[in-house]
Amino acid sequence: MKRGNILIPTVLTFVIGVPLAWFFWRAPIVPALASAQGGKADFLLRLVFAIASLVFGLVAAFLGYSLVAFRRNPNDTEDGPPIHGHTTLEIVWTVVPLIVILSVGALGTKVMYDVARAQPNELTVKVVGFQWAWTFEYPAYGIVTGELVLPVEQPIAFEVTSTDVVHSFWVPEFRMKIDAIPGRVNVIRHTPVREGEFKVRCAEMCGTGHAAMLAPVRVVSGTEFLQWVNEQTGAVVGLSEAAQRGKDLASQYGCIGCHSVDGAPGVGPTWKGLYGSTRELADGTTVTADDEYLYKAIVDPGSQIVAGFQNIMPATFGEQLTDEQIRDIIEYIKTLK
Amino acid sequence: MRLLSLGVIKGYIVGIVGAVLGGLLAGAIRMALGRPPWEAESIAFLASLMGTVGFLTGVGAFRDWWQWLRGAEAGDPPHEGPEGPQWVRYFNFDPDHKVIGIQYTVTALVLFVTAGTFALIFRLELARSGLQFMDPDTFNTLMGLHGMIMIGAILLGIGGMANYLVPLMIGAPDMAFPRLNALSFWVSIPGATLLLLTLAFGGFDTGWTGYPPLGAIGPVGKQLFYMGVFILGFSSILGSINFITTILKMRAPGMTMFRLPIFVWGVFAAAWIQLTGTQFIAMSFFMVVLQRVFGLAFFDPAKGGDAVLYQHIFWFYSHPAVYIFVLPGLGVISELLPVFSRKPLFGYRWVALSSMGIATMGFLVWAHHMFTVGLDLELSTFFMFSTMLVAVPTGVKFFSWLATMWSGKLSFETPMLFVLGAFVTFLLGGLTGPFLAVVPVDQFLHDSYYVVGHFHNTMFGGFVYPFMAAIYYWFPKVTGRKYNERLGKLHFWLMTAGFIVLTLSMFRTGFLGMRRRIADYDPALGFDTTHLIGTIAAYLIATSVLIFIYNLVHSARAGEVAPANPWRSRSLEWMVPSPVRGVAFPTPPVIVGNPYDYGVPGSVFARLGAGGGSDVPEDGQEQEG
Repeated sequence: MKRGNILIPTVLTFVIGVPLAWFFWRAPIVPALASAQGGKADFLLRLVFAIASLVFGLVAAFLGYSLVAFRRNPNDTEDGPPIHGHTTLEIVWTVVPLIVILSVGALGTKVMYDVARAQPNELTVKVVGFQWAWTFEYPAYGIVTGELVLPVEQPIAFEVTSTDVVHSFWVPEFRMKIDAIPGRVNVIRHTPVREGEFKVRCAEMCGTGHAAMLAPVRVVSGTEFLQWVNEQTGAVVGLSEAAQRGKDLASQYGCIGCHSVDGAPGVGPTWKGLYGSTRELADGTTVTADDEYLYKAIVDPGSQIVAGFQNIMPATFGEQLTDEQIRDIIEYIKTLK
Repeated sequence: MRLLSLGVIKGYIVGIVGAVLGGLLAGAIRMALGRPPWEAESIAFLASLMGTVGFLTGVGAFRDWWQWLRGAEAGDPPHEGPEGPQWVRYFNFDPDHKVIGIQYTVTALVLFVTAGTFALIFRLELARSGLQFMDPDTFNTLMGLHGMIMIGAILLGIGGMANYLVPLMIGAPDMAFPRLNALSFWVSIPGATLLLLTLAFGGFDTGWTGYPPLGAIGPVGKQLFYMGVFILGFSSILGSINFITTILKMRAPGMTMFRLPIFVWGVFAAAWIQLTGTQFIAMSFFMVVLQRVFGLAFFDPAKGGDAVLYQHIFWFYSHPAVYIFVLPGLGVISELLPVFSRKPLFGYRWVALSSMGIATMGFLVWAHHMFTVGLDLELSTFFMFSTMLVAVPTGVKFFSWLATMWSGKLSFETPMLFVLGAFVTFLLGGLTGPFLAVVPVDQFLHDSYYVVGHFHNTMFGGFVYPFMAAIYYWFPKVTGRKYNERLGKLHFWLMTAGFIVLTLSMFRTGFLGMRRRIADYDPALGFDTTHLIGTIAAYLIATSVLIFIYNLVHSARAGEVAPANPWRSRSLEWMVPSPVRGVAFPTPPVIVGNPYDYGVPGSVFARLGAGGGSDVPEDGQEQEG
């Protein structure tokens, strides 16, 4: 009868587990970090990975050893030793995992409370998700945009909600996400720690345009941020009354969530330089972006999709907006040269 | 005509009549209320309900009960089919548990292949970033159907294994309620049909979770999705009543609960979850139906409803549901390991009770699916700890399996290979779980492909591998023939290679920011190649499944005749001839020992026939009852 040598799998446990744990502790398996709070989640992630690696090593070692050492000789029809159990062993492998997971749980709880804690001098950004775009409002500056611009090292409290279905506000480089739920305002805190360009990626299934529900994120230096704020708030010289109304409507109805006004790429075509330009449509035809075209593009967006874009704009604006309001928005688009 | 006499055909004919009547009734009611009569939501609602009742009537599910209602005798449910070819039994309402077990299993395999095909289609779309040949709505529908049809397939697969095996393993003549048993199977057919019909009615884009408010708006296909699942739920609830009663009341004399074959413990634990949990998903889905049909705004915040309420009700079932899926499968692992290790199951009582522990704990962890909805931090703390505690009874199973194999005499026939595949895959599923229990980490990984990878590992390890192990292991029992060993091993190695590569691709892309349920992804994230490899791996799995099905069909017709007890098992089902005809135990066997006493000199598990007298011979040759 083969009894097995317990020393071999014990050594194997560490031979497999330790390098694995080391690999997952160091390897760049996640996108480069860009949030202080996210860093704490990363620590937990690596810790759980290390523990899981050791457990994997333990099980894999004993399994692998057994598969090799305890193979049955095809002619051997005897049964193995009738071992029914071992109470001490059972207690050990119940209690030890219990202690490990309670410790991880305690640490997890601490980090969870840490990252939720309000920071001094927080900048509030109200995030609104809707099918299928995002808008960002900065109450301190009276700005509403479709692009999330954040100053580096500045604690931000995102107040997240939705106007239709459930979405989820996620910047993978920031790590933690929070759902945008109609009728609720959820708060999540991030302090950007790295300048760069990222994307908000909607993480909760929200219908046809879910995959394309992205918004640009720019983390910039404090000076650049103030510059940007000035650009956004500065009075636009010579904006007619109608165009000003159109500008407000474009923020209010979230148009700018998909259509940038500065030429930046988005879910929909940018409005900058749109009026009077020649548009190539998905069906191969071309059309001039005049008043008539723009009106139709707003009330019946599916009828003339611009090449390279998806048919995901809601066809409900004809009902939500009056004809006059639509003309105001077109007036505003005309000013974006 | 011969075909028209088949129950399933009659069922569909009467079912269509019922659905038409339901639609007309919906129109009539709306007209009586002074509304325009034809409105898709209310038609779909009544048509699916009355279509289901029609189907069951047509198939003959209510015949005996109707006799009783009239005061007439219905007679005992027959165990032999009528004269003539036996294959017709499988297409008719038949109360015999062995017929029902095969009906369940074959239907499960058909749904399994269907849902797998959906995955193959959308995996092709995912092979490259950008939209190649699919529009997002089709992708969403196929993706949601892949999930929900697979869930149906798993529930039916469990029904198949449990129906065929539980009465044989506990020495009972049949299930406690044979007619209810057949009804449980047949009610799943209109449920699955409704799910597939969503494809023709605009589909549904919510994924299998069906979250409102998204679920409450959009095409009528969503209504059919909710109704289909609602009706499938009856199958689960009715089936579980039968299993619990059978296991508690119909065990052979001498078979105490701690002499039950361990697989039966798994079924028992799962049945309790089905009996007490299924109502919650049914309720959550039905509330969305009511919102769609009658405008009752349970989940519409604009009218005082709450979108998150749905998620609490839904997950109160849908988390424990994964334990319904895996407990019988883990039971198969625990059942087969002793046979192929020639050793007793290590810590039998701990393994048995860990199933009940998992089933109980499973009800206390649902909100870990909701760590991103803005839960109160104290609530999150509770669910973080409760979720992590599930690791303890799960760990007990793993360690007991290792100890069962330790210094045993292992052999590696196809069923054992699948058991080991289940072991490794479920280990990966288990070890990737605690990441999702720790709240800040979960908030990173939630709704990413990491979750998809974790879930597929638990389902393959907890159900797919054990189910296939069970099919190979009990194939000689069911058909009396051997499957092809070489093809079985080829199936195993192809599937395992494909699956491990596929899930590693899921984990990797998930960590890098791949979201769940998207037809198109950002090439800037840099994992196009990983997705391509994942898609190729998925087709490898599909190839292995084709080999599997060929093996089953070919061996059932032309396989070598199997010996009575090919695995030298001690269990009851191998003491009667294969395939089992009629009632396996006309007189109950007497249980005189423990089921897994391999290697205990002179030990006997059971004696056949009342009072027995004939020991089970060592070589397990079949005995006269």
